[in-house]
Amino acid sequence: MLEMKNVSVKFSADSDVQAVEDVSLVLPAGGRIALVGETGSGKSVLLLAVLRLLPEAAQTKGDVLLDGVSIWKMKRRELNRLRGGVISYVPQGGGGSMNPLMKVGFQVGEPLMEHKGFRKKDAVAKSVDLLRYFHLGSEETLAQAYPHTFSGGMRQRAMIAMGIAAGARILLADEPSKGLDEKRVALVVDAFNRLEEKSILCVTHDLMFASKISDHICVLYAAQQVEFGTTEQILVSPLHPYTLDMIDAIPENGMKVDQAGFAPPHTGYKNYGCRYRHRCRYCTTQCEKMPPIFDVGDRKVRCWLYADPNRKAL
Amino acid sequence: MKRKKKINVPVLIGSIIIGCFVLVAVFAPWIAPYDPTLTSVTTYAKPSAEHWLGTNDVGQDIFSELIYGTRISMLIGVFAAAIVTIIGTLFALLSAWYGGIVDKAVTALTNLAMAVPGLALTTLLVCYLSPGKISIIVAISITAWTGTARVLRSRILALTEEPFVKIEKAIGQRDLVIMGKHLVPNLKDIILSRGAMAVSSAMMTEASLSFLGLGEFGEKSWGAILHYAFFRNGVIRGFTWWYLPPILCTSLAVLGFMLVGYYGQQSR
Repeated sequence: MLEMKNVSVKFSADSDVQAVEDVSLVLPAGGRIALVGETGSGKSVLLLAVLRLLPEAAQTKGDVLLDGVSIWKMKRRELNRLRGGVISYVPQGGGGSMNPLMKVGFQVGEPLMEHKGFRKKDAVAKSVDLLRYFHLGSEETLAQAYPHTFSGGMRQRAMIAMGIAAGARILLADEPSKGLDEKRVALVVDAFNRLEEKSILCVTHDLMFASKISDHICVLYAAQQVEFGTTEQILVSPLHPYTLDMIDAIPENGMKVDQAGFAPPHTGYKNYGCRYRHRCRYCTTQCEKMPPIFDVGDRKVRCWLYADPNRKAL
Repeated sequence: MKRKKKINVPVLIGSIIIGCFVLVAVFAPWIAPYDPTLTSVTTYAKPSAEHWLGTNDVGQDIFSELIYGTRISMLIGVFAAAIVTIIGTLFALLSAWYGGIVDKAVTALTNLAMAVPGLALTTLLVCYLSPGKISIIVAISITAWTGTARVLRSRILALTEEPFVKIEKAIGQRDLVIMGKHLVPNLKDIILSRGAMAVSSAMMTEASLSFLGLGEFGEKSWGAILHYAFFRNGVIRGFTWWYLPPILCTSLAVLGFMLVGYYGQQSR
């Protein structure tokens, strides 16, 4: 069980702007949570913070516990054993996600050498199997190729293969469906769903993808958690106005977008009140104060609309 | 996917120059017509068929001295540069990878070392360590690593933010492995070119020190030949064949390493 307790991340000591603010989240064993929210809402930062992968300048508050043991207070050696071995991080498969000077097969097999004591030859052989799992095609040749010959989608799948290589039981994936066509996305979904006993915390922009791989969704907006509930609840009957707007913007739902709504998230957050209020169609004077997180049944939402516990979904 | 490689002309010229000097240094005993330490009665001879560049004040053949001088000049240059580059790389890795107080300390040390006039400190160190090739190498190593450390530090800082370095951290890779397998190989172009530049500056420093008479006694480098040309009246009496060749050799060798270092880096 991975537990984030009031995690806050700040990149500059003398600014009020926080990248992640007071997020609490529990990922139970075998649970799958999708982190959704717009660009810059702090999803990726939260993911990096779990394994203390943030740049040095980042200041963090709160704690992250793995089965009750704090990861943030762990010694370097224990942390290294944990990274990749128990919790693995799958970055976005962009251009720089692989060392340009090393063959793909070797890089995918690296966690095995580090955590399972594999020798180089065995690790490369195993990584061919892993690549085959993701249907990359002519895997033996690809394992001997350098990353620049890979397309974005191939690299993305190779990254996931690397993530699961050493048998980590918790997977932190940063937009694993990015840059893939529908069929490849389906492959990733399939791969994730085959990892039955593993817990997954996955950042994504793709709500359809999220609906396929997750059982819970956590919606972030402007560094804050605004809604948490099961995938079905969130997609069918969203509580928070932002979640509703986001779902309305899906192509299948008519891509309803309020152009005025694209004002950048407010930077002077302090005492601003609800951060969605300048874009919110349900905004009232009450929203000038920051809403707390309300419990609505088994769901959580940060919106004044639900101060009345009997209020139904939007 | 094969691409025709464009020949980097300056690097090629530089490599040819360096190659020639290396050959001369290696085959010195076969090329040099005389033993450079052998004295004779024909002193201050003008260039002739017997002595291509004449003889010096004690009748030693200057051409042979020049050939053997290549050895010692190159040796000191390359050795010192290797140490300088290693020290610079290590400091850069320390400061960029570990950050925080380590970074502050190393940067402060770099700034301090940069603020001290290099040649003056090197001269002082050589005097203190008693003149000779080892002390010249040591003195250059202590003073000349700063530029390399600084350039590499900024490059490593950029590299550590690359996703592929981040994921190495994420899979729990040890720091030493990340440095050795992921950081240094990605920096090798810049390390090598900085190394070539370090050779040229080390050779210059060595020539300056030897000219001041702080070189190894008995083994004359190019700088040392110049030293004797100057102090045994070669310059004052206009014996161009005595003092010009070592100057030309030094300049040419420095040029060679500069070309390789500078343009090797620019072709990126």
